[in-house]
Amino acid sequence: MNAMTPPLNATDGRRAARSHIETPRLETPFHARLIALSETNDWYSWSGYKAPHKLFDEELEYFAIRSTAALFDISPMVKYRISGPDAERYLNRLTLRDVRKLGINRVHYTAWCDDHGHVLDDGTLFRLGEDTFRLCCQERHLPWLLDSAFGFSVDIHEETEEIAGLALQGPTSCATLLAAGFSGVERLKPFDIASFPHEAGTVTISRTGFTSDLGYELFVSRALALSLWDRLWQAGKLHGIRAIGYAALNTARIEAGFIVANTDFITAEAALRADRVRMPDEIGLDWLVDPEKPNFNGRKAILEARRNQTLKHILVGLEIEGNIPAEHAIVYHGKKREAGLVTAAIWSPTAKRNIAIATLDRPYGVKFNDDLWVEIYALRELRYQKMMKRARIVPRPFVKLARRTLTPPGTF
Amino acid sequence: MTSFDSASKAYDAIVIGAGHNGLAAAAKLGASGRKVLVLEAANEPGGAMRGREFAPGFRSAGLAHLINRLDPDVTRDLGIRLTSSTAMPTSVLDGDKQPVVLHGAYGDSIDGVSADEAAAFIRMRDKLIFQAGILKRFLRRASPQLGAIGMADLATFASAGFGLIRKGRGEGRDFLRMMLMNVADVADEYLEHDRLKALVAFDATLGIHLGPRSPTSLLGLYYRLTGEVAGRAGGQFIPEGGMSAVAPAFIKAAEKAGVIIRCGTSVGRIVADRGRASGVILADGQEIAAPVIVAAVHPQTAFLQLVDPAESGTGFTRSLRNLRTAGNVAKLDVALDRIPSFLNLRPSDHAGRIVLARSMEQVERAFNPAKYGEFSTDPVMEIVLPSLADASLAPSGACTLSALVQYAPHKLKMGWEASKPLFLKIILDTLERHAPGISKSIVAAHLSTPADIEADYNLPGGHWHHGELQADQLLINRPTGAASGYTTPIEGLYLASAGAHPGGGISGLPGWNAARHILSGARP
Repeated sequence: MNAMTPPLNATDGRRAARSHIETPRLETPFHARLIALSETNDWYSWSGYKAPHKLFDEELEYFAIRSTAALFDISPMVKYRISGPDAERYLNRLTLRDVRKLGINRVHYTAWCDDHGHVLDDGTLFRLGEDTFRLCCQERHLPWLLDSAFGFSVDIHEETEEIAGLALQGPTSCATLLAAGFSGVERLKPFDIASFPHEAGTVTISRTGFTSDLGYELFVSRALALSLWDRLWQAGKLHGIRAIGYAALNTARIEAGFIVANTDFITAEAALRADRVRMPDEIGLDWLVDPEKPNFNGRKAILEARRNQTLKHILVGLEIEGNIPAEHAIVYHGKKREAGLVTAAIWSPTAKRNIAIATLDRPYGVKFNDDLWVEIYALRELRYQKMMKRARIVPRPFVKLARRTLTPPGTF
Repeated sequence: MTSFDSASKAYDAIVIGAGHNGLAAAAKLGASGRKVLVLEAANEPGGAMRGREFAPGFRSAGLAHLINRLDPDVTRDLGIRLTSSTAMPTSVLDGDKQPVVLHGAYGDSIDGVSADEAAAFIRMRDKLIFQAGILKRFLRRASPQLGAIGMADLATFASAGFGLIRKGRGEGRDFLRMMLMNVADVADEYLEHDRLKALVAFDATLGIHLGPRSPTSLLGLYYRLTGEVAGRAGGQFIPEGGMSAVAPAFIKAAEKAGVIIRCGTSVGRIVADRGRASGVILADGQEIAAPVIVAAVHPQTAFLQLVDPAESGTGFTRSLRNLRTAGNVAKLDVALDRIPSFLNLRPSDHAGRIVLARSMEQVERAFNPAKYGEFSTDPVMEIVLPSLADASLAPSGACTLSALVQYAPHKLKMGWEASKPLFLKIILDTLERHAPGISKSIVAAHLSTPADIEADYNLPGGHWHHGELQADQLLINRPTGAASGYTTPIEGLYLASAGAHPGGGISGLPGWNAARHILSGARP
């Protein structure tokens, strides 16, 4: 608007100020491609972004992950760039694992807690340089990250909007990347990062994913998003590349035994009820806690809870008889006493097992591991069919594939 | 002062800060047989009671100019003798009419008001002292810890509960009714006289960012009335030898207990690793180890400056950074070539406490600008003539005047550098109105704004209570929940300054309580 532009009248002004209501959900940098591929028009909201629940067929999309190459838009994932001379020390105080052990061009999975040891979120931490990191997670944490920066020389920058992300997962994902010209990608070991030129910029490729399969995640500036998509799409044609929605990915992640914040546990800042918060040990993340490293948020509370044995819950993998997914079923001990809740459950197409992730109230899952049952309510033509099915605690991941870690990966 | 050899000494405890609370903590720990080292950044001990020459030949005894809450248990236990044969009267002046003078402990007899009004004041005073007494039993011990209430806490609760109903249900109800009221409504309930109301309004709000009509302002008066002098609540005195005798008395008690005091020694870091403190690193790099570190400094100084922020949780650091600790009081020291004469005030009452406040409304209006970052243009103040009790403070025949002037917000919108001369002029004009001719006798005037106090005494916000003394920062919330029991989230590190429970003023309680808590071996 310049000085010659006539001023808006009041109504136009109000209308202009609320133009956001015309696009109630944000569109990701890949939206143009997704909408062109969407046959089902089935969308959901991921952190305010319009994201596909499925694009053409949930099962076929799932089998793209396990049989060929699946392309999944992860742009809505919350991303922070953390840099500065104290970045390592800052992140070491913020998160559970020892960041000093995270090499440059490496990624690790981690989580972070509040002062009471309650998990705020889990996510992946990318070390892009000596003093530069990227933290990816489900929920937004800018106030917490900024408050944590007191006393540290560190710059925290939210880059969710400006950085586009793609996950390329499946047995032919490496072959697809090679066909797209990213040669050298085959040398990446799990959790390695490398940068490649793309157009006028670079794309950062890491061998990471949420599927327990061979797979990669690609990050690129928003402006280069569509050209990157096209490059992969073109290269992947002979490798069976398919765009997928969250339903397919969710099946794969349950097989992988991965948990999702505010699905399998409630994050400390989202929990409204005092007993819904969780310590790392209560959601299967005890292995992230490093008591030997320098002080970190929640350390005292977590170690005290371990010492005093005041941990109240435990997260377990279950294998359930039959083939009916036990989603949100109550877990019983001896068919009578309530012992917990299933937070995610599927019939696993790859394991050919009926699997679930559940939170149990200790001592169930710790001392009493037998005689566990789940009560499944299957709604069949307007009548619930109730089933009491035996559940067995089994280790996660439910699906373990040699190709996930094989380097160099097989070419197809 | 004892000479210091670091190589051979192993200390049981290091106290950071040789203010009276640090010294009280050190003396108590030392008396139990612990080897205690006190580290003080300034060149002499005493903290805010460190005296200084503010004009050639004229000395000020520090920030405090009288004593009104020195705890008798503390002095008895530490062998501190600070007494006075004469109780200080309080005179309330409006610069016009006959002064109102309260004698004895908070107005046992009152000159300048009707007998009925004096009786009404006594009724109000006795009620408030009774109510303050219920709160008082919480002052001499660590505040109860939520989630870890012990037998002793229950005993205190029970005795508070018994105290509440001791005088019948009516009194109990009245306490619960009044506790969070504002002082103005309470004063209006009992009193008619402008200057009596002005006095209670002033006393309730001095040193606190509240006006008399602000909700909960009565708590300030309760706090004052939990203090006692010679067994009587609400009195005040200047000890023999003047206020400059206070710091030496605490120093003597500490040294008698074998405490070593090292001055001119700045602490650079409190050494802590994974939640356990183990010593300090001095500004010059020397490291001194000790299993117990007592931070008798402002809680923000302790945790935002001395402890590596990586050793504290984000939430804890956040709560400390949000501590409300912006001072509101300026301290004025004036050198006079003769003893001033306040309008209509008897010569003997000049040795007392003089409050310049016309009415409760004046106190309220003085507060209004402070809300918006401006100083009062018609300030209220408390004046003492320190050299009358301690002739060494001024040359013979001359006099010093000390005033606590309210309201002077720490963060002044216009900046103190530019505004200080104007504020000083307003104060001196006020003095001239109340003591005509005083201007001509001024040799020098030294005004310390909260910004100056912050710099001179290393006191964040220049707040002598080390944080607002309001409901949200008292008891289990002083200075903040996770550090309210003298213990802190860092094992072996304790708080013992006015920023800890129960709060500021020269009581010795935060330091003494902290030391007793450490000695009790309670949860580290």
